[in-house]
Amino acid sequence: MADSTYPIPGSLEAPPRRWSQAAVLEWLNSWVITVDHKKLGILYMLYAIFFLLVGGAEAIVLRIQLIQPNLHIISPQVFNRLFTMHGTTMVFLVGMTYIFGFANYLIPLMIGARDMAFPRLNAFSFWMTFFGGLLLYYSFLGGGLYGAGNAPDTMWWAYAPLTERAFSPGHGPDYWALSLIVTGFGTIGASVNVIATAFCMRCKGMTLMRLPLLVWLNVVTSGLALITITPLTAAQVMLLIDRYLGGHFFDTQAGGSALIWAHFFWIFGHPEVYVLVLPTFAIASEVIPVFSRKAIFGYPAMVAASVAIAFVSLGVWAHHMFTIGMTSVGNAFFVLSTMLVGIPTSIKIFNWLATMWGGKLRFATPMLFCTAFVVQFLMAGLTGIMLSIAPWDWQLHNSYFVIAHFHYILVGAIVFNIFAGIYYWYPKVTGRMLSEKLGKWHFWLFLLGFHLTFTVMHIPGLLGMPRSIYTYEANRGWGTLNLIISIGGFIQGIAVLVFAVNLIWSYFKGEHAGNDPWDAWTLEWSTPSPPPAYNFATDPVATSRRPLWDLKHPDDPDWKYE
Amino acid sequence: MLAKCLRCVTLFAKSGCLLVALFAGHAAFAEGPQSTPSIFAPASTPATSIYELSLFVLSITGAIFVTVAGLLAYVIFRYRQQGPDDTSEPAQIYGSTQVELAWTVIPVLIVVVLFLTTARMIFAIQDAPKPKAAVDVTVVGHQYWWEFNYPKLGIHAVNELHVPLSNPQTPTPTYLTLLSADVIHSFWVPQLSGKQDLLPNKVNDLWVDPQHPGVYVGQCAQFCGVQHAKMLLRVYVDTPEQFAAWVKNQQQPAVSDDSVAAGRHVFETQACMNCHTITGTVATGRFGPDLTHLMSRDTLASGATTNTPDHLREWIRNPDTYKPGSLMPAMQLNDQQLDQLTAYLSTLR
Repeated sequence: MADSTYPIPGSLEAPPRRWSQAAVLEWLNSWVITVDHKKLGILYMLYAIFFLLVGGAEAIVLRIQLIQPNLHIISPQVFNRLFTMHGTTMVFLVGMTYIFGFANYLIPLMIGARDMAFPRLNAFSFWMTFFGGLLLYYSFLGGGLYGAGNAPDTMWWAYAPLTERAFSPGHGPDYWALSLIVTGFGTIGASVNVIATAFCMRCKGMTLMRLPLLVWLNVVTSGLALITITPLTAAQVMLLIDRYLGGHFFDTQAGGSALIWAHFFWIFGHPEVYVLVLPTFAIASEVIPVFSRKAIFGYPAMVAASVAIAFVSLGVWAHHMFTIGMTSVGNAFFVLSTMLVGIPTSIKIFNWLATMWGGKLRFATPMLFCTAFVVQFLMAGLTGIMLSIAPWDWQLHNSYFVIAHFHYILVGAIVFNIFAGIYYWYPKVTGRMLSEKLGKWHFWLFLLGFHLTFTVMHIPGLLGMPRSIYTYEANRGWGTLNLIISIGGFIQGIAVLVFAVNLIWSYFKGEHAGNDPWDAWTLEWSTPSPPPAYNFATDPVATSRRPLWDLKHPDDPDWKYE
Repeated sequence: MLAKCLRCVTLFAKSGCLLVALFAGHAAFAEGPQSTPSIFAPASTPATSIYELSLFVLSITGAIFVTVAGLLAYVIFRYRQQGPDDTSEPAQIYGSTQVELAWTVIPVLIVVVLFLTTARMIFAIQDAPKPKAAVDVTVVGHQYWWEFNYPKLGIHAVNELHVPLSNPQTPTPTYLTLLSADVIHSFWVPQLSGKQDLLPNKVNDLWVDPQHPGVYVGQCAQFCGVQHAKMLLRVYVDTPEQFAAWVKNQQQPAVSDDSVAAGRHVFETQACMNCHTITGTVATGRFGPDLTHLMSRDTLASGATTNTPDHLREWIRNPDTYKPGSLMPAMQLNDQQLDQLTAYLSTLR
C-alpha cells in the first residue's frame, strides 16, 4: 500500500551483502555486539524457539516413558530431572523470552520510535537471559549424580524442604536457583526498558489511548514482571543461604517453615501465568482485527480488563495451596479472588468475539491459530473456574486435570498465539512470506495433536492420576488414555518440525512480502520489510489508533470516532 | 476445503474409536480387574459432597462453553470472506457501552452464585464437628511410605490404612491428623475425600466416613523425591467385626517362633534393626516401617509389589528391583542369610 506520508529514503537500506569469510565473521560479530532492538528481538525469538524445541524434546521422552503402565525406559531419577527441566525451560526460557522477542521488535515500530529507550540495557538483558539458560543446561554436564549430571529434580516450583541439603545433596537446586536469578535480572532489565519505551518514546499523536493493544498489554506485563520476579529472587537467595551459609528459613529440621516457601513461590508463580499469557492476548488483539477487517471492539474495555487482570492476579496466589492446610476462611477468600479473574478475562473473550462479528474473516494461518486460541482459552478459563472451587480442587489439585488445564493456557493459548504472531510478523522481519501450505499443515496437525494430548489429559486426572509420577500401576485404568495422550504429543512434535522447516525454507524461497502483505493498520507496516536500521527516517505522526487505516480510507478515518 | 476437513475429522474419529476399542480390550485383558480411583465414584461424605458440587459446576461451565463456542462457530461460518474477490471493508464498529455492560454483569452474577455455593461447602467439610465415636489416626508421611498410628488403640500400622465402616445413622468417621517426618507429601484417596498435604512442622487434618466396605487405592499427590510415584496408599474399609479383629491382631506382640531363630538372628545383627521395629526384639528403629505385623499386609514397599515370600526375598536382596531409589539399602546378604531372613519375616503375622 503506497503511503507517501511515511517516506523511507533509500539511502537507509543496507547494501547487498557479498559473502566472504571476513564478511561472515563481521556479520556474526554484529549480532553479538548489537544494541538494535530489531536484532535483539530476533535473538530473543530464536532463543525462545530453540528452547521450545529442547523443552518439547524433553516432553516427548516423558510421554514415551508414560505410554503404558510400569515401563522402565528411563529411570525415575532421569524422569524427575526431565520434567523439572521441561517445566523450568518452558516457563523461564521460552515463556519469559518470547515476550521480549515480540516486545523488542514491535514496540518501537508500533509507536513510531527509532529504538528502545535503553538500547544497551536491552542487550545486557538479553545476554543475561542467554547465559542464565546456558547455566541451567550446563547442569546436565556438571558433576555426576545418578549418571545424569546435576540437573534439578525437584519440580519447577522446587518446594522446600525437598530442596534443602538433607534431601537434595547434589547441586540441582543450586543450578535451578542461580540460573533463574540470572535470567530474572534479564527480565527485570527488559521490563524496565519496555515500560520506559512505551511511556517516553512515542511519536507525535501517539497518545496513551491510541497505543496499539500489543503495546498496552506488554506494558502491563512488564509492570507485573517487575513486581513478581522480586519475591522469587528473594526466596532463591534465602534458599542458597540455607544451603551454604547455615540459614534455616526453609530448613524444617531446624524449625524452618516449608509453608513460607510455598507462599513466596506462588506470590511469584501465579502472576507469572499472567505475565506469560498477557503478551499472547496482545498478539491476538492485533491479529484478530486485521483478519476480521474491523477495528478492535471496545478498546478502552480491553485496556481496562488487562490492567484489572494484572491487579487481581496479585491476590490469588494461594489457590495453588488449597490443600496445604489453610483455614476455611482463608480458603474462601482465595476462592472469591480467583473467580474474580474470570470477569475481566470473559470481557476479553467477548470483545474478540464482537470484533469478529460482522467482519469479513480471512482465514490465513495467523487467523487460524488465533481462532483456535479463542476456543482453547475459553475452555482453559472454564477449567480454571472448576479449579477455583476449593473443595473440587482438593480432588483435582496436582492431578493430570491440572496439567491439562495449564497446558491449555501454556500451549492452547500461548504457543498458539506465538505461532500466530510468527506467521503474522515473519514477513516484516525477513521480507518473505511463510508458506501458507506448510502453515496449514502445521496448524491442522498441531491442533489435532494438541487436542489428543491435552483434551484427553483431563480424564486421567478425574480418574485419580497424580502428576509427576514416572510410572503408574497397571490396574488403575489409565493406560489407554496415556497412550492416546502420548500419540497426540508425537503429532505435535511432527507439527513443530513442519513449522521449523517452514521457517528455514521460507527464509530462502518464500514469496516476497512487500511492506504491507496483510493490509494492516499499525505503523510497523509502513516501513519496508525488513525495516531499515532506526526504522523511520522522519518521525511519523499517529492520527488515530489505526494510522494506516486513516491513510487508506481518507473518506472514513478512525479519528472521527475517537 | 471444508469438505476435506470434514472427511479428515470423520476418518480420524473412526480410526480413533478403533484404536480406543483395541487398546481398551488389550488393557482389560492384560491388567486384570480394574480399580480406578475415580472422583466420580465417591464412597464417603466429603467425596460425595464434592462430587455433587462438581456436577453443579460442570453444568454451569458446560452451558457457558456451549453458548460462547456456539457463538464463535456461528461467527466463523456467517462472516467468513466470500471468495477472494470480496475485498470491500465491512462496517467499522468501535464498541458499545450497553453491550459491554451486559457482558460484565452476567459473569459477575455467575461468580456470586458459584462463590456462595463453594463457601458453604468449604465450611461444611472443613469445619465439620467431630463425633465422639470417631476413630483417631495420626498419619506420618515418610520418603516413600506411610506410617499410621492409632493413639487410642496403641497400633502402629504401615502403608495400609484400616478404617471402620461408617453407618450414616451412627457415624464412626475416621479423623486423620497429618504430619510429615521429612518433606511435603499429600494424602489422596479420591473415592474417600479430597487430598490434604502433610507438612513438616505443621499439623493438618482430614476426615472420612466410608459407607461401603472394600479397598480404596490412592497415592501421594505432592512430589516428594525419587520414588514419589511408588508411594502408594491402600485404605481398607472394614465392617465393625473385621475392624475389631484387625485391631486385636495388631495389638498382639510379634510372633516369636523358635524354628526361625536363625533369621531373627540375622535381623538383629545386621543394620535392619537400625531402621525397623519388631516388638519383643532389640530392633526399635523408627526410620523405616514397623515390621511387627509385616505379613498382615497385602503389599510390600508401599504398594510397589504384592507381599509374597518370593517378592519379600527379592525386595530384601535388592530394593531397586521394585523401587529404584528407595531409601532402603541392599544389605549384600548371602543366599543363606536371605532365606533365613525371609523365613523369619514370613512368620510375622
